[in-house]
Order: sequence, then structure tokens, then C-alpha cells
Amino acid sequence: MSLITSTSPHATVKNNTGAFMRQVIYATLPGLAVLTWQFGWGSVINVLWAVIVALVSEALFLKARGRNIAFYLKDYSAVVTAVLLGLALPPTAPWWLTLIGVSFAIIVAKQLYGGLGMNPFNPAMVGYVLLLISFPVAMTQWLAPGEPLSFVQSWQLFTGQLPVDGLSGATPLDTFRTAHSAGAASEGELASHSILHGQFAGLGWEWVNLAFLLGGLYLISRKIITWHIPVGFLAGLGLPALLAWLIDPVRFADPLFQLFSGGAMLGAFFIATDPVSAATSRMGRLIYALLIGLLIWVIRTFGGYPDAVAFSVLLLNLSAPFIDYYTQPRTYGHKSSKRGVS
Amino acid sequence: MSKSYRELALDGLWNNNPATVQILGLCPLLAVTGSVVNAMGLGLATLVVLMGSNACVSLIRNYVTDAVRLPAFVMIIAAMVTVIEMLMQAYTFELYEILGIFIPLIVTNCAVLGRADAFASKNAILPSMVDGFMMGLGFLVILLILGGMRELVGQGTLFTNMQLLFGPMAAHWELTVIDNYGGFLLAILPPGAFLGLGLIIAGKNVIDKHLKEARKRNASDEPKVSRRVRTTGKVS
Repeated sequence: MSLITSTSPHATVKNNTGAFMRQVIYATLPGLAVLTWQFGWGSVINVLWAVIVALVSEALFLKARGRNIAFYLKDYSAVVTAVLLGLALPPTAPWWLTLIGVSFAIIVAKQLYGGLGMNPFNPAMVGYVLLLISFPVAMTQWLAPGEPLSFVQSWQLFTGQLPVDGLSGATPLDTFRTAHSAGAASEGELASHSILHGQFAGLGWEWVNLAFLLGGLYLISRKIITWHIPVGFLAGLGLPALLAWLIDPVRFADPLFQLFSGGAMLGAFFIATDPVSAATSRMGRLIYALLIGLLIWVIRTFGGYPDAVAFSVLLLNLSAPFIDYYTQPRTYGHKSSKRGVS
Repeated sequence: MSKSYRELALDGLWNNNPATVQILGLCPLLAVTGSVVNAMGLGLATLVVLMGSNACVSLIRNYVTDAVRLPAFVMIIAAMVTVIEMLMQAYTFELYEILGIFIPLIVTNCAVLGRADAFASKNAILPSMVDGFMMGLGFLVILLILGGMRELVGQGTLFTNMQLLFGPMAAHWELTVIDNYGGFLLAILPPGAFLGLGLIIAGKNVIDKHLKEARKRNASDEPKVSRRVRTTGKVS
């Protein structure tokens, strides 16, 4: 009888990047389903088209860089980028919008920096911000929630045969912003916007965000992500919102509305948690995510844009190395190192 | 010290191009290249300033002590820039209005002071002027390429508003390359300038790499052989 000794880690499941990334994709499915239920087939078309564009541009650039195409395509990272960007785009997006955004995300934000693991910025958010800055009109045309378009209508929007003008409606965040743009709105004016009053947050969007929250909880339960970033993110957004709302409930949106509007849940669980561009230590992740949330609240409330997940994530991506530098955990048996100018 | 005019030209246009190799003068380079006409206006102004300041600096190079040379150079450059600014105000007023602060800011373009200190203060007047001209031309070419790229991607046209620089006869030079173009704001906004310059520098590096490899191939035509007797493998 032979005794087989093996050293730790005693892993029984083969973990690889592809398996992790596939879990992330599965976890976005409830969100995608709710988006389809609320707005029609636009998001599904967006996501599928984005995946095709991402795979083609990734393959082209892997070839140009002389890398093994099949090996890198199988890590599914390009697919995740494409899915996240496809979900973030409005369901009215025409094909060229997705094409430009996704190819820029993959080629410039990811491959030009050296591929997966080398990109300092979240590729999906780089693509999103590029589109938001370049095509502000096309990027803000959402649909009225609860009135989903038929597949044919969505397809015609995608191919550009159907003008979007008659269909588009404001999001809850847009509505809240516009109501306050000419000085503080009265309580009665806010009550007149039905889109602001769903079951517990903005109409329609509350379910979208709830679905992403569920997907995110699945990711935490599968240990794909840790709780630090989502909790920090939601606290950073929710606490200032709560404070401000307690002070002036008319001028400031209530915290539930903030947490369940726009890209909050998608950002908290899927976008800010990108392991490449986020901070890495536990403390660092908390700080990183808190600041993202705070920044989103500040921009939503005082800034020029109705939502700010992309901007905030990119700004904090930029600060992540700095945060990491100051939050390196102490190794057991060593003194904590002194950081900074002494 | 004495470089041939051919070398000066090559340096200015390619090997030591102020924009793509020295990476100097980025502020105007990035700020005004939203269209070809802006790029050309600022590029020409910089070119004239570079030639003029190089000539003046070269003339006084034996009379100014090292300790005070930089203030003296800056004074000369500032005077040149003021002249150009007034000329532009007189003859191309609209362009002068568009370029605004970036014309006086040519004073702070490091490429100008850099050439004055690195070249003109050590060379005779004629080589200095050639150097200034070639450096200015190199800068102008990059400005034009960047301006062209950004105008084309940003609004689908080329050579819009050239009459601001060349008078009424240039009014119909505008080329609409892409009809019914919706516009791509990013190219016209500052990020477009950074991305465009990055791509131009990358393109130059790629060409340099190919040139270097071609030279290497030409230089060593005879195959490499090992002096030792090998029993296995190949020597590459």
C-alpha cells in the first residue's frame, strides 16, 4: 500500500479564469431578464452583438500581438466586458454605438495596455464613457419602463430603421434631476412624476437593480467576489444619501431610490469588483468602493450627469494603486511598514 | 558640432522631431489641433518663431554669458512671439481669435527654448536657421496630421475654414469626406488629441523598428556560424 502525500492547497475543483468569468456572465442573467421584461428585447440584442464585436476585436488584436488566440479567448474576459457594456447601454442603442464602444473597450482600453490583467481601467466603463462623451444624445435615450417593445421594434431600433424620438422616455434619475434643475422642486411636483414612485424606488428600475443585486449575491455566495467592494460601494452611496435625505427630503432623493436607480447595483456587484482594475487589499477595497459610492452620490446630486457609475469607477481605478500602496496588510511576523514621506 | 544640412533636416523631421521624439510643446499640440486650419495656423506661427529666435540667439551667442543666457533667450523668444501675434491680429484676425491664448503661449513652448539653448547658442546663424526651420516643419507636420485626423474623425471634413488663413480663395477648399456624418465628439475633445498623438508616436516607432531591422539585415548578410564544432542543434 502506498501513501500518497500531496501538499496544500488541496483544491478539488479546477479553477481557471474562464470558469470565474462564466459565473459572472451567469450572474448577469436575472438582470438581463428584467431589463427585457421592462424595456423589450433591446438589451438582449445589445449584449449578443457586443459579444460578437468583442470576440472579433479581441481575436484580431491577439493575432496582431502574436498571442495564442484560442487560449486568450477562452478566458471569457472579453465576453464579460461585452456583456457588462451591453447591459449598461440603453436598449435603444443602434448597432454602430455598440460597435464603437465595445471595440474601443477591447482594443484601446485592454489590448493596447497589454491584455487581461494589465489594463489600469475597467474596459467596459472606458467604452461607456467614450460613448457618453461622444454621443450624449444616443446614450441617454432610455425607454419608458413597463412598456416593453416588441422584438421587431427593438430590431428596427438596432438597425436604425426606426427613429427613437417618439419612443424614448426619461429614467427616474433623469426625471429627478430635471425636476430640480430649475431650483428645488415642490413636493407636489415630485409626486406628479409617476416614474419616481414605484414599489420602493424608481418605477421599473427598482426591479432591474433588484435583479442585479440577486446576481451579485450569487457571485458572493460562489466566492467569485468578496463582500468588501459591494458593501463599501452601497454604503458610500447610501449613507450620504440617507443623511441628506434626513435633512431635506424634498431636495434630496431618498437612499432606497439612490440605491435602486440607474447603474447602482450593476456597478456595485459587477463593475467596481473587476479584480484587475480595483484595489486589492481588503482595507483598500473598502476605501476604494466607499469613495466610488460617495462620488456617485456627489455627481448625481450636484454634478452635470444624472448617473455617474462609469465616471466614478474610472476615477477610482486611477487611484487604486495609490490606495493599495497605503493599505498593504501587515505580514505575520513583520512590523507594519511605514508609508509615505517620513 | 557641425552637422550637415541633411542631418539637420532629418533630425527635425524624423529622428529628433519635437512632437513625436522630444515630446515637447504638448500644450499647443494637444489644445489647438481640433481642425487642420487651427493646426496650420499655430504650426506656421511656431515655425516662424523658431526660425527667428534661433537666428537672433545665434547672432548674440558670443556676447551673452552663460549665467544670463536663459533670460536673454526668453526675452528674444517673447519678442518674436509678440511680433507674430500682432501680425496674426492684423492679417488673420479670425484665426487669431480662435487660437486665442495659445499664440502668446508659444513663448512657453519648450521646443523653442530647447532649440535656442541646445543648438542656436552653439552654432552659426545659417545652420541655426535651418535647424529652426526643420524643427518647426517637423512640429507643423505633426500638428497637421493630428489636426487632419481629429477633424476627419470628429466631424467628417477636412480643410474647413481655410479662408481664415489663406484668404477668400480658400473658402471652397473644404472637403466633406463622409456625408451625413453625425460627428464623433471625442476626437475633437482633449482625449482625442492624446489618443491621436499616442497613435502617431506608436506609428513612428513601428516604422523605426522596421527600418532598424532592414538595416540590420543589410549589414549582416553573411550567415552566422559558430566557431566551435557543434554536434547538436542549430546556431541562430
